[in-house]
Amino acid sequence: MKDNIFKINEKEYILPGSRACQGCGLSLAYRHLLKALREDTIITLPASCLCVLHGLYPITPVTIPTLNTTFASTAASASGIAAGLAALNKTDITVVAIAGDGSTYDMGIQSLSGAAERNTDFIFVCYDNEGYMNTGTQRSSATPLGATTTTTPIVPKQDNKKDFIKIMEAHDLPYLATTSPSYPIDLYDKFVKAKRIKGTRYMHIYSPCPPGWGYPTKDTIRIGKLAVETGIVVLCEIENGKFRFTGRSKTLSKKGKKLPVINYVERQGRFKKMSIEQLNTLQTWVDTRWNEYLRRAEE
Amino acid sequence: MSDVRIITGNEAASLGVKLCEPKVVAAYPITPQSALAETLSRYVEGGELKAEYVRVEGEHSALTVCISASTVGARVFTATSSNGLLYMHEQLHWAAGSRLPIVMCCVNRGVGAPWSIFNDQQDSISQRDTGWIQMYCRDNQEIIDSMIQAYRIAEEVYVPVMICYDGFVLSHTMMPVTIPDIESVRKFLPPYKPHTILSPEDPRTINSVLLPVRRANPEGVLCDGYMEMRYKLQAALDQSRDVIRKANELFAHTFGRNHGGMLWEYMTDDADLILTGMGSIAAEATVAADILRAEGVKAGVVGIRVFRPFPKDDVITAFGHAKAIVVFEKGISYGYEGALCSDLKAAFFGTDSKAPIHNYIAGLGGRDVKPRELVEAGKTTLAAVEAGRMNHEIKWLNCYTG
Ligand SMILES: Cc1ncc(C[n+]2csc(CCOP(=O)(O)OP(=O)(O)O)c2C)c(N)n1
Ligand code: SF4
Repeated sequence: MKDNIFKINEKEYILPGSRACQGCGLSLAYRHLLKALREDTIITLPASCLCVLHGLYPITPVTIPTLNTTFASTAASASGIAAGLAALNKTDITVVAIAGDGSTYDMGIQSLSGAAERNTDFIFVCYDNEGYMNTGTQRSSATPLGATTTTTPIVPKQDNKKDFIKIMEAHDLPYLATTSPSYPIDLYDKFVKAKRIKGTRYMHIYSPCPPGWGYPTKDTIRIGKLAVETGIVVLCEIENGKFRFTGRSKTLSKKGKKLPVINYVERQGRFKKMSIEQLNTLQTWVDTRWNEYLRRAEE
Repeated sequence: MSDVRIITGNEAASLGVKLCEPKVVAAYPITPQSALAETLSRYVEGGELKAEYVRVEGEHSALTVCISASTVGARVFTATSSNGLLYMHEQLHWAAGSRLPIVMCCVNRGVGAPWSIFNDQQDSISQRDTGWIQMYCRDNQEIIDSMIQAYRIAEEVYVPVMICYDGFVLSHTMMPVTIPDIESVRKFLPPYKPHTILSPEDPRTINSVLLPVRRANPEGVLCDGYMEMRYKLQAALDQSRDVIRKANELFAHTFGRNHGGMLWEYMTDDADLILTGMGSIAAEATVAADILRAEGVKAGVVGIRVFRPFPKDDVITAFGHAKAIVVFEKGISYGYEGALCSDLKAAFFGTDSKAPIHNYIAGLGGRDVKPRELVEAGKTTLAAVEAGRMNHEIKWLNCYTG
């Protein structure tokens, strides 16, 4: 398919009046992934910014059927929807669970791992804004090294982010992909593709968050792009175990050169207290993973 | 010809589930429920029960699966015990708040710490305030029959139902059970009609956030707020008393067995002393009542069948004339007394009943309770009352308190 913005489904599934913040990366991603998934979809989501985006009863800006569930149970909820639909012979509906990094990496990992092990027929989407944003920017296990949060207020986070792609890959899924709202076509294409595949599909959306990360709302796209340019985020797909770079990460892997992570870090208030040692550790972490991916792409 | 089999409580429950034809089953094994989860797997894999069986990784997920499957329109079932039920706690509230007619079995077992796999009712008692209807069974026949009634009740009032039966005492004990025939069950239990079906044909967001105030919809009509929705749950539980009584009557009419609606009575008409409890201990109390009668004491039994909604009017009629009441409980509200005892006292408040109530905490963690011991407890209570001591008391039966 050509990288052409005009191929994107014109229909909007989020009407004006969402409750997300200005410049929210999640909102942009959600808009495009719904366009890719279209009407024959049921969504389940836990307590999160996305739950807030869906609005206050009795009004919602979202026109796709959605079930709210508890924080730890997103994937189990999708399992229940999938089982219910299968039992009622409604096999043409795509079941989608969407959760923040908190309810994916932390409390929801059990139900996600369980659903993935059962190869439940659904798409799990983690929108990763690297913290518990809905509750006021607390640390999650997806928060990067060196970031200040409201629960790491004085000593910035001392630990690296979990490599969640590795964790999900260990479940032998038919399809995993990472993407970012800064690259809407990459995101759209991957969801169109994911929809056609059966079994558990895992989609990781890296979602910049202006209030949580401390940058001006106008910079969301730029921050998302810098993340890719620096290798903090790698756009890729893993299909039946086969890794491949996609989009900008692909061209970076072929030619070009990653930018140093400082270019990304210096633009965000959350890294203000990061030490030089932490910055170096982060750079090493990014380089090591990048080299690993380069090796895998050649296999 | 009726189909009578000699089976355990777990087998009775499994056959009950099969007769009710749920479309989705999700369960996680725990003693003493495990045999139920296993038998249902066999039914599903063998094609005897046409359902999706989701072998979840924990009880929180088991109930979540039921909640979500019920929301898309499927009749569902789950079962658990003890710590499994506690692990479901968040979802118990969620299920009731979503007004989903889920039916589950709680095979009653003590809760840790320390570990005990044996029977008491602390598990379900501690989930009393989650908005579920709770029914306690006295024998295996009542388990299978209550299952069939439970779906009918749940699907009429849109409140989930927990069928509680004592671990090992019933779950692993064989007794003769008449198995209802499927055609009569289908007539008694119409197909599940959800109040809302989540579907692309009618897109909506279910269970979104509410503010303290009511808000208008786009047409300007004020809609329920959180408090109104919660009131409706309470109103539905209140209303369910009649539905439970009627379901029991219709069941008795159809199948010829009457288990009592909200409660059952045994020789209470002229009883001075009434023994009461829930589940198998209430059944055992009937043996004690027989012994007491043989010794010249006018004793009777009230078995509380439905604990939530509490049978507040029924207990006033059933206990009204008693001179003394003994409540046997396999659980306690720590820091006070048995939960049933408190509820009975509250129900009698402001009525003519002045009978002292003696509360015996009994059988925790499977500690054996013999009919003889219930007899002694009854006699002690009656003697105290006849000696003019009118105070309420709480004692631990067969417990070496030192
Ligand atoms: C059992 C439970 N614990 C805590 C919470 C409070 N809570 C609501 S949302 C949230 C954080 C969500 O973080 P994340 O999943 O990353 O999504 P985001 O808010 O960033 O969109 C927390 C901790 C909850 N709803 N349930
Ligand atoms: S806090 Fe961040 S993720 Fe949440 S709505 Fe605002 S911008 Fe979006």
